[in-house]
Amino acid sequence: MGLSLSRIAAVVAKEFIQLVRDRLTYAMIIGVPIGQLLLFGYAINSDPKHLPTAVLVQDHGELSRSVIGALQRSGYFDVVSAARSQGEMDKLIERGTIQFAITIPGDFTRRVVRRDDPQILVEADASDPAATGGAVAALAQLPQYALMHDLKGPLATPSATGPPFEVVVQRRYNPESITSYNIVPGLLATILTLTLVMMTALAVTRETERGTMEMLLSTPVRPLEVMIGKLTPYVVVGVIQAAIILVLARLLFGVPLEGGWLALAIGMLLFIVGSLALGFLISTVTRNQLQAMQMSVFYFLPSILLSGFLFPFRGMPVWAQWLGTILPVTHMLRVVRGSVLKGVGLGDQLGNLGALALFVLVVAGLAIKQYRTTLD
Amino acid sequence: MTLAIDVADLSKGFGSLQAVDHVAIQVEEGHITGFLGPNGSGKTTTLRMLCGLLTPDSGKGQVLGLDFPAEAERIKRQTGYMTQRFSLYEDLTIEENLAFIARVYSLDRIHERVDETLDKLGLRDRRKQLAGNLSGGWKQRLALAASVMHEPKLLLLDEPTAGVDPQARRDFWDEIHRLADEGITVLVSTHYMDEAERCHDIAYIFNGRLIARGTGGELIAQSGLITFEAEGERADRLARDLAGKPGIEMVAPFGAALHVSGTDRAALEKAIAPFRRDPWTWSEVSPTLEDVFIQLMRTHGGQEENLAA
Ligand SMILES: Nc1ncnc2c1ncn2[C@@H]1O[C@H](COP(=O)(O)OP(=O)(O)OP(=O)(O)O)[C@@H](O)[C@H]1O
Ligand SMILES: [Mg+2]
Repeated sequence: MGLSLSRIAAVVAKEFIQLVRDRLTYAMIIGVPIGQLLLFGYAINSDPKHLPTAVLVQDHGELSRSVIGALQRSGYFDVVSAARSQGEMDKLIERGTIQFAITIPGDFTRRVVRRDDPQILVEADASDPAATGGAVAALAQLPQYALMHDLKGPLATPSATGPPFEVVVQRRYNPESITSYNIVPGLLATILTLTLVMMTALAVTRETERGTMEMLLSTPVRPLEVMIGKLTPYVVVGVIQAAIILVLARLLFGVPLEGGWLALAIGMLLFIVGSLALGFLISTVTRNQLQAMQMSVFYFLPSILLSGFLFPFRGMPVWAQWLGTILPVTHMLRVVRGSVLKGVGLGDQLGNLGALALFVLVVAGLAIKQYRTTLD
Repeated sequence: MTLAIDVADLSKGFGSLQAVDHVAIQVEEGHITGFLGPNGSGKTTTLRMLCGLLTPDSGKGQVLGLDFPAEAERIKRQTGYMTQRFSLYEDLTIEENLAFIARVYSLDRIHERVDETLDKLGLRDRRKQLAGNLSGGWKQRLALAASVMHEPKLLLLDEPTAGVDPQARRDFWDEIHRLADEGITVLVSTHYMDEAERCHDIAYIFNGRLIARGTGGELIAQSGLITFEAEGERADRLARDLAGKPGIEMVAPFGAALHVSGTDRAALEKAIAPFRRDPWTWSEVSPTLEDVFIQLMRTHGGQEENLAA
């Protein structure tokens, strides 16, 4: 069963022309990554204000009032409740009534005056780290100005000794605190999944639906030639999409591109080919474009939910982690995060790259086996 | 006489439906054989099996001297197949479609061949037009040209002129005859009687079974049909009075005239006797192929019902 390069080239050329002529495909190739990136990137970067806050004030001095006033003026904190005990506050934060619990200890004024390491304690519900990010940043500024008016005359602090007190922040529920840095590269894996799986599934199913498959099958083209020929243009599409996402992530969100380029390149190539082969496999079992679309979405949902993209992987139940491990997106996500954020080298990525390679082999094998050379 | 197609016992079922039922089909080399039969009788299914697009449940023989179905791949290469539904790429231009076909068949001189084909079609100046924008008649001519680009020895055409205007159909059939003159064997399915008459041979399939075979003349002779034609003022209105009388198997208006047919001459004559008067004149005519096919459908349809009962 000799493969013919010229037949493959014929299919590639044909597929390219069709791709270039279809405006909707253009929109998908360029629009989807940009749109998703802006949507997710900014949604996640958004800077929510007026977050519900409870305070436990054990020091009833003038200075405490100034601190709370400054908190409210920052715009991030709405004091909705004044708790009387630590227990009460714990309940509020557990129920999700408040996002922040702020404690001003009883000896606050005394310590400020004595310059004896005064602290206020802030507990943040960080289960949605994006929501708390801006507020936590604002807290860091607080000591600089909160007591500016109070500490005059005899209480004035010589500026050399630094801020008059310290804010201690404790994150609850999500100590690893995924930030937008973490999510933008994750989008790379999910956007490639969405567009590539769906586009190939549609491209092949379209031939069945429009009847051109009957003509194609009556020619001497072999299944593997059709597959290679059909997938090649989309590899290019995938690479373009990846480039768009990485460049935008850098320009708009300042995501650090730490390096690990070799691992990233290999991972991305394996992932792109695997996703395309999966789309091809889907097209061999679906009869029309609607079914192809539905099956792609069916695959896409767990890819977002269980891969560690939206929810921290370690926070999922064990069975979900197992499912997640089967999904190629999970491994791709680790490769991208490892490379882009941490600059991890090839050696440390071998496990994930191996998993991706296995995915390509299994899916491509199945797709070739499934592809029918007849209309049966 | 050499046979381009000589396949026996060809069958194909889809679930409980027997689409093609132990068909034996023989097609003489260089002949144009018309493949007729009502909708859903199994024409497309048979053609698809012959060119390797469907795997037959049973069936053995030779196609182009090659073992059928074992050598399906080699048969495929020497066969041109034109699908019932337009199956070139509508979003590619005429030229791109032809070039694609030429390349997947690994033909030499691709540019020249495409140019020659465009010239032959008279589409040279419209080569950059999208195939999807062509009219129905042009689409069919393009599809035919595409299916003979690799110079096949056997051509399978599935209702190539459905929905095409009379002039375009005539051009199309002139082309088919030209190809046959060059030695290509053609098996063409159709629903048009005038096209059936243009074929050297006819095969008639019904409910998956081949029930008649021969030239047009042979089929008419085999049918044993006797047909009388009534002419005169509104002779076609007699249909209501004559239909169902003993001895009359078929009544069909023919313009203003009426064809009345049966297989029993005495009974037929007796049935029309009361109407042999002014303003009508009666004469015996040769039955048309259409009469023959309708009779075939009726008699075999009746048998099916009897079998089922
Ligand atoms: N892939 C399929 N799956 C199930 N049934 C099928 C399939 N293809 C054809 N059939 C059925 O087999 C029977 C024969 O169909 P076929 O298309 O061969 O008829 P045909 O003679 O070409 O009809 P037409 O003149 O309408 O084109 C029909 O009842 C059809 O519904
Ligand atoms: Mg048909």
